[in-house]
Amino acid sequence: MAAEAKIKCSVGLTGNSAVAYAMKQINPDVVAAYPITPSTTIVEEFSGYVADGKVDTEFVTVESEHSAMSACIGASAAGARVMTATSSQGLALMWEMLYIASGMRLPIVMTCVNRALSAPLNIHCDHSDSMGARDSGWIQLYSETVQEAYDNVIQAVRIAEQENILLPVMVCLDGFITSHSIENLCLLDDDVIKKFIGEYKPSQPSLLDVDHPTTYGAVALPDSYMEARRQQAEAMTLSKDVIINAAKDFEKISGRSYGLMEKYRMDDADAAIVILNSAAGTTKVAVDEMRNKGLKVGLLKPRVFRPFPYIEMAEALKNVKVIGVLDRADSYTSFGGPLFTEIRSSLYELDKRPKIINRIFGLGGRDYGVKDSLAVFEELLKIKDMGKIDKVYDYISVRE
Amino acid sequence: MSTQTAARTVPYKEKAPFDYSSYMRKGKLPHIWCSGCGHGIVLKSLLRAIDATGIQKDDIAIVSGIGCSSRTPGYLDFNTLHTLHGRALPCATGIKLAKPKLKVIVVTGDGDALAIGGNHFIHACRRNMDLTIMVYNNYIYGMTSGQSSPTTPQSMIATTARYGSIEPTFDTCTLAKAAGATFVARGTAYHAQELEKTIYDAIMHKGTSVLDILDSCPTYYGRFNKFKSASEMMEKIEKDGTLSISQADKLPPEKREGKLLRGVLHKSERPEYCEEYERLMEKAQGK
Repeated sequence: MAAEAKIKCSVGLTGNSAVAYAMKQINPDVVAAYPITPSTTIVEEFSGYVADGKVDTEFVTVESEHSAMSACIGASAAGARVMTATSSQGLALMWEMLYIASGMRLPIVMTCVNRALSAPLNIHCDHSDSMGARDSGWIQLYSETVQEAYDNVIQAVRIAEQENILLPVMVCLDGFITSHSIENLCLLDDDVIKKFIGEYKPSQPSLLDVDHPTTYGAVALPDSYMEARRQQAEAMTLSKDVIINAAKDFEKISGRSYGLMEKYRMDDADAAIVILNSAAGTTKVAVDEMRNKGLKVGLLKPRVFRPFPYIEMAEALKNVKVIGVLDRADSYTSFGGPLFTEIRSSLYELDKRPKIINRIFGLGGRDYGVKDSLAVFEELLKIKDMGKIDKVYDYISVRE
Repeated sequence: MSTQTAARTVPYKEKAPFDYSSYMRKGKLPHIWCSGCGHGIVLKSLLRAIDATGIQKDDIAIVSGIGCSSRTPGYLDFNTLHTLHGRALPCATGIKLAKPKLKVIVVTGDGDALAIGGNHFIHACRRNMDLTIMVYNNYIYGMTSGQSSPTTPQSMIATTARYGSIEPTFDTCTLAKAAGATFVARGTAYHAQELEKTIYDAIMHKGTSVLDILDSCPTYYGRFNKFKSASEMMEKIEKDGTLSISQADKLPPEKREGKLLRGVLHKSERPEYCEEYERLMEKAQGK
């Protein structure tokens, strides 16, 4: 492929620098943001591109994240291509506006650098922030590495702006672990990205389109509100194919293959861990160690959490005997974390359901190492041998 | 019940050497502030001022939001509450309503109080609840590495204003006065003894008192804006950039130009919110 020859590889960037660089290449019309650790440097570096005239973006420094998302909503409704980034409390403060963005069907792309929520105050990684926003009508993509974060941001623009979708997309990467670690990655050329995402032509009338006056977010009482919600649900369902197609086209320009999930040594696996983001990389090392000992274990790393690909999940896990879902967030149901409940629900239709446990790990940046992963695999294999589960839901690496 | 401003129960007196240890959570040290940051000077001035008031530490609540300044209560052995970015004032308002006898001191910064918490700030001033609001003003978001804030002076550099900020600023004191605060003052970390006295007066004032405390962030603001050292920043901004209100009256206008005034800039008397609330309760209950 001609495009492949142009790929610049072995560029060392942090996760945040890579996202900021992707944003520069995308060259959005408007970026509005407010500083919050650990997402800060994305916007900080991007503001440098703005200041140096490297992008045509209108950059708005607002007085809070609530205002950041509000400005993004206004700009997007006016027909602009809009991006932003945040973390943790910043995302929490945007809550009200997240629903406005998805309800108005505005294709805003936001990077969420995953960080724990207060209290107690903590700036390190877990997924409480984006998991809390999982029902806000945003598409959610998760990224294991710097490369995946860069690639996901580019694909997110394409996915969000599809005429039959028009939903905001949140790209998640792990705070500090990915956002602040330098990793070698392959960058695409500006013109390749420009062609991939295309020029943004809003497919619905915008506020600035004075020949076609329109209103956004008007009152919809019991006679019409539910239809708007139904359409939103429909768009979310349709987005699965759009995400797959965007990934196929992206492979043509990058040589890198993406889907709804990544399966690692899953073919004949008896036991599997399901885990999101950077911890999947750690788990792969553990999988290799176990495989070297002849133990049949594998890893399933979901990339797309919203929409949740429940059919594909069940298909990928149907032959596994014992599954350990590792959640980096708890939803305080007293039954399990958000990833666990989704995976477990996906398996319900199977004739022969695998055994499944949930382990909460890594909250507030608590380290997750290969030894932790190995311990979970050993527990899974023990469950396989004994045929019974002691505790479905538990915490690991925690002082009791 | 009297609406008069509380008279000083203990006359103000400087005390040196001063033993800070009984007011500190020593296990929480060392603090996180950079060398050259003035927040430690402000913290010490606050402790000396509190000591001078004679109010017991269990009768004081210190509340903060998020940012470098908001780390202050963590080091202090009082009733303390470290809340969310911008939300120190609503939390402090709740504490004061629930326990009106507590002295409630809010420690906040220019970003925390005037940007994300700006709405709470003006409404706290409007209500005139007996709160002491200390705004550590270092013209920048220090904790997230130096983005421009509502007090970043025009043309000065920040990480989100690479060629100089073009946004007009808030003057904390003008804003507080306009919003209804009944005690408005300015101090600096450089003038530590004067600041101690101003904090004392602010705590003793019954009603909302706002203190704009000019302070330096040598790590970000200083570095971006070519200040050679933390002490040079203090000299240029805090010493040379300000005038005591008592001196200012004696100077011709040209010598006052471009300088911020220090000292008590505004003082008035209005009914304090909690007392008004109590009066209303008594009336409603027919007492």
